[in-house]
Amino acid sequence: MADMDRLERQVIDIIAQKKRLPPENIALDSSFLDLGIDSLDGMDLLFAFEDTFNISIPDDVAQQMKSVRQVTEGLRQVLGERAVAAN
Amino acid sequence: MRRVAITGFGAVSAFGLGVPAFWEGLAAGRSGIRTITICQTKGLVSPIAAEVPDFDPRQFVTEEQSLILDRFSEFALVAAAEATASAGLELTDEERTRAGVAIGTGMGGAARQDESYYQVYVKNQPRIHPFTIPRSMYNAAAAQVSMAHGLQGPTICVSTACSSATHAIGEAAEMIRAGRADVMLAGGADAPLAFGVLRAWEAMRVLAPAVNGDPSRACRPFSRDRQGLVLGEGAGVLVLEDWDRAVRRGAAIHAELAGYGATADAGHITAPGVDAPARAIGTALAQAGLMPDQIQYVNAHGTATRLNDSTETTILKRVFGDHARRLAVSSTKSMHGHAMGASGGLELIATVLAITRGVVPPTANYTEPDPECDLDYVPNQAREMRVDAAISNSFAFGGLNAVLLVRRP
Repeated sequence: MADMDRLERQVIDIIAQKKRLPPENIALDSSFLDLGIDSLDGMDLLFAFEDTFNISIPDDVAQQMKSVRQVTEGLRQVLGERAVAAN
Repeated sequence: MRRVAITGFGAVSAFGLGVPAFWEGLAAGRSGIRTITICQTKGLVSPIAAEVPDFDPRQFVTEEQSLILDRFSEFALVAAAEATASAGLELTDEERTRAGVAIGTGMGGAARQDESYYQVYVKNQPRIHPFTIPRSMYNAAAAQVSMAHGLQGPTICVSTACSSATHAIGEAAEMIRAGRADVMLAGGADAPLAFGVLRAWEAMRVLAPAVNGDPSRACRPFSRDRQGLVLGEGAGVLVLEDWDRAVRRGAAIHAELAGYGATADAGHITAPGVDAPARAIGTALAQAGLMPDQIQYVNAHGTATRLNDSTETTILKRVFGDHARRLAVSSTKSMHGHAMGASGGLELIATVLAITRGVVPPTANYTEPDPECDLDYVPNQAREMRVDAAISNSFAFGGLNAVLLVRRP
């Protein structure tokens, strides 16, 4: 856990809370499949990420989010675009 | 056992009013999907739908009547009037007690409820219209059709999401077979185009966007580049009649409703199964006494979501084996959209017309073969071919499957 950044921890916490899993069981490379997250759970998680970060995740980005790492990469992309737009 | 004849039908769809306009659109391979005009769409990712164009209820009902009618009931009334007229149905008082209605709907008066919530929560109105409940209740369409035609036999509403009309028609046919009714007006109606409803569908990430600003290319069932479904609205109503009665009165019998299968996945609330839908097709074949290789055409559920279309392909291969490759399979949702609870009614009409016209409607917007969908989907152009027997599939959210089998009389 030591080498994770804040966003990665936040994502793992959200997944842990939603799926009622101990955070320590969720690794950066855990896939949704490994964690027992099906397509409907996936939509619920997307909703939680959008709510938490106050963003809108486009479908093409959402479709790439099938693991914890992919989620953080997708979120960075959307949050990054927002930061650019704000400047 | 009594047999069931289909002696009339009526349609309200993205092609406007009537079966002739509906069939003309399908046979031309034209999509009725366009930009939504009837409700607010600001901020929607995909503001498109198979909306019924220029629908003016005042052509059919008085202002007083329209106060208590939701759009989905109006659609049902218009379709039912066309169906009974085309069937030349005239009933005595006695016969009306043995004639009923089965109209399915997925969302009933959802648009009306959406508007009411807006008045209550946003406008802080202390009161909303007293007809809100009788307008928007799910059984309103079935009740209004029974009232309009004085039908006093068994009258029900079925709500099984995207399978609603198919279940309603199947159960209506069973009532006739069982001798509980002699005539049934059966089908479905839905008018789900409201901002709150569209937002809810958008959140599920299953709605397809327009292609380069062109809504008509959005819905691409079985095509590798498919991106999801497009919501629609409308009604499809058929006249089902005890076979001997139809023959006695000299009615034109378009097709026999020979088989019906209904099963549940008992699996996942949204992801489709394989075993249960396959079993529903098997049940319909068994009831009709047909072998799989006696079917020529399948009107697919074909929503154009990634998962539905590949799963439905697997289901067809499971049931039909080698014959699956010889089937003509098409999704008319590519043109009339996913009219929710009305879909099964509209699609059964298309299936019957494939038999009577000798033309199979195509799957529009088919651009690219998908290795996971490797059957003959009648791409883009209607096909002239003889169809003696065909099935229409509806596989709803909830894993509730219904299949109807029709054959040449």
